[in-house]
Amino acid sequence: MRAFVTAVYLFLYAPIALVVLFSFNAGRNASEFTGFSVEWYGKAFTNTFLVQALQNSLIIAFVSAALAAIFGTMAAIAIERMSDRARLVFDGLFAAAIVVPGVVIGIATLVALVTVLGWVNPIIAGVWPGESPPRVGLGYFSVIAAHGLFTMAVVTMIVRARIAGLGRDIVEASGDLYATPFGTFRQIVLPQILPSIVAGFLLAFTFSFDDFIVAFFVSGSKTTLPMYVFASIRRGVTPEVNAVATSVLVASLFLILGAHFLMRPRSSKPVEG
Amino acid sequence: MALANVHGTSSAKGPAIDLSNDIEFRAVTKRYGAVTAVAGIDLAVPKGAFVALLGPSGCGKTTCLRMIGGFEQPTEGIVLIENRPMNGVPPYQRPVNMVFQHYALFPHLDVLANVSYGLRQMRPAIARAEILRRSEEALELVRLGGYAKRRIHELSGGQQQRVALARAIVNRPAVLLLDEPLAALDRKLRTAMQFELQTLQRELGITFLLVTHDQEEALSMSDFVCVMHAGRVAQTGTPREVYDAPASLFVADFVGKTNHIAGVVEPGGVFRLANGAALAAGGSATGSAAAVLRPEAIRLHPDLQGEGLAGTVTHRIFLGSTVEYAVAADGLGEFLVTADRGKTDQTAAPGDRVRLSFDPAALHLFPAGTAQS
Repeated sequence: MRAFVTAVYLFLYAPIALVVLFSFNAGRNASEFTGFSVEWYGKAFTNTFLVQALQNSLIIAFVSAALAAIFGTMAAIAIERMSDRARLVFDGLFAAAIVVPGVVIGIATLVALVTVLGWVNPIIAGVWPGESPPRVGLGYFSVIAAHGLFTMAVVTMIVRARIAGLGRDIVEASGDLYATPFGTFRQIVLPQILPSIVAGFLLAFTFSFDDFIVAFFVSGSKTTLPMYVFASIRRGVTPEVNAVATSVLVASLFLILGAHFLMRPRSSKPVEG
Repeated sequence: MALANVHGTSSAKGPAIDLSNDIEFRAVTKRYGAVTAVAGIDLAVPKGAFVALLGPSGCGKTTCLRMIGGFEQPTEGIVLIENRPMNGVPPYQRPVNMVFQHYALFPHLDVLANVSYGLRQMRPAIARAEILRRSEEALELVRLGGYAKRRIHELSGGQQQRVALARAIVNRPAVLLLDEPLAALDRKLRTAMQFELQTLQRELGITFLLVTHDQEEALSMSDFVCVMHAGRVAQTGTPREVYDAPASLFVADFVGKTNHIAGVVEPGGVFRLANGAALAAGGSATGSAAAVLRPEAIRLHPDLQGEGLAGTVTHRIFLGSTVEYAVAADGLGEFLVTADRGKTDQTAAPGDRVRLSFDPAALHLFPAGTAQS
C-alpha cells in the first residue's frame, strides 16, 4: 500500500520536478542534464514574443479576476438574500459553472460572441459618423469575458461560504445600532468578507493565467502565455519552455498559497463560559 | 384590556410610574403564511418600567420583541414607541436598542469599537472625545473598565454579555430590549446578572423589556410580567399577582410549580374531590372544575388527626432551606409539597403516613376545559 502511494505521488510530481530541473540545464537538450545554469530564464524573458504573451496573460488575468471579484461578490450577497428555494437553484448553477469542461465553455463562448458581434458590428457601422467604422473582434475583450464568467463562479462560491458563516444577527445588531443598510455593509459585512474576496480574486487570477483551452477558442489573434508555450513545443521542448513553465508554476503556487492563507478558518468564535 | 390592567396595578402595588407608555401594541397580529405567531395583542409598557414577556417557546414573545426592534413588521395593528406609530420605520430609525440572545457582537472590532458603534452612526456626528467618554462610562457601568482594547473572542461568555449590554445602553435608548439575555450563562452567573440588570435599570431609568421563557427570571427582575400563550396575552400583572392569582390554568402551570386537583363544584360552595372529600369553594359557577394549589401553601403534619387529606410520602428532596416532598394522597394522586425550614415539619421520610392541610383561600378554581385558554 505504501509503495503504491509512493508510486502515485512519484507519477504525479516527477514530471513536474523534471521540468523544474531541466529549466536550469546548461545545455540545449531537454533530456540530458549537462550542468546548472539560469541562462534559459534570461533567454525566455528577453524573447519579445514570449514577453508579449506574458503581458497579454497578465492583463487578461488581472482584468477578468477583478471583474469576477466584483460581480462574484455582488452575486454572493444577492444569493444570500434569496428565498431558500431560489438560493438552492443558484448555488447549483454556480457549482455547475465550475465543473463545466473548458472545451464546452470555449465553444459556447465563441459561438455566443460571434453571434453577438454579428449583430453589434453592423449597428456600429450604421451609426458611425466617419469613413471606416471600428470592428469589434475577438481579442482581449473576448478572453476577459470568457474567463471572467467562469472565474466569477469561483469567487461567488468562496464569498458565499463566508457570508453564510456571518450570521443574520450581527447584521441586525448593526441596524439596531442606527447603521443604515449601506453603513452595515461597509462597516460590518465588507471587513469580514474582504479576505474571502481577495482569496477569490487570487484564485480567479490563477485560473485565468493558467487557462489554455478557453483562451485557445476565443482569443482571436491574441496569444496568451499558455498558448505560446503550446505553440513553441511544436518546435521541440527546449529549456526555455521549461523555464517559462517553472516561472508560471512558482507564481501560481504563491497565488494559491495566498488564497489558502486568506481562507483559513478564523478564531473569531465566541469562547464559552 | 392588558393596558388597563397594567395601569390599574401600577398605582396600587408597583413602583411609582409615569403614566405615558414607552411601548404600545394596538391589536397587533403577525402571520407567517398560514402560521399566526401573534394573534391580536394589546400591550402597554409604561415608561421606566421593567417588563417581562414570559411564555414557552413559540408563544410569540420573541416575535413581539422583533416587531418593536423593527426586524419584523406587524401583519395587522400598530406598534407605537414613545407614542409614535412605528409601522414601516426601519430598525436604524427606532429609538430602541436590543441585547441579542447570542450577543451578536462584531467579531472584527475590539470591545471599545463594539460599544461605540451606535454613537458613531449618529447624524449629526458626535465629537470623538464625547464618543470615547460615553463609551468608557458605559463600560464602567457594566464593570468592564479595563477591557476597552480586548478582542471579543478573548472574553468569557459573561463578559461578552456585558459588552452587549454596554453597546446597547451607551445610546441611552428609550427602551432596552433584552432577548433571553441570560439563557447562555451558567446558573451562578445568571443570578448575579439578574441583580445587575435590576440595579442598572434603576440607575439608568430606561424602560427594560425582557423576553424570557424562564419564569424565575421574569418574576425576580420585573415590575410587570406579561404571560403569553399561543400568540395571545394570558395575563398581565405584577409578579406577585401573576403568581398568587393566576388568571388561567395555563398561567398557574407555567408560572411556578402547581398541584392539580380535579373535582366538581356543587351548589352551596362545596368543591367535591374524587375521593369524596369536600372543600370550601368560592364563586357561583357549578360543574366539574380543576383546582390548582401551590406546593408551599400545603402544610405537612405527622399526626393524622384533624382537617385535611391523608397520604403517604413517596419522595423527599433536600434543597437546603426547603425540602420538597412528593405525597400520594389517598384516592387523589400525587401532591408536591414544599416544606420551609421552621414553618412546617421536615422530618417525614418516604413511606411515612402524613396529613396535608391548607388554607381554602389558597385554592384557585378553574372551570374544566380551560387549560388551553
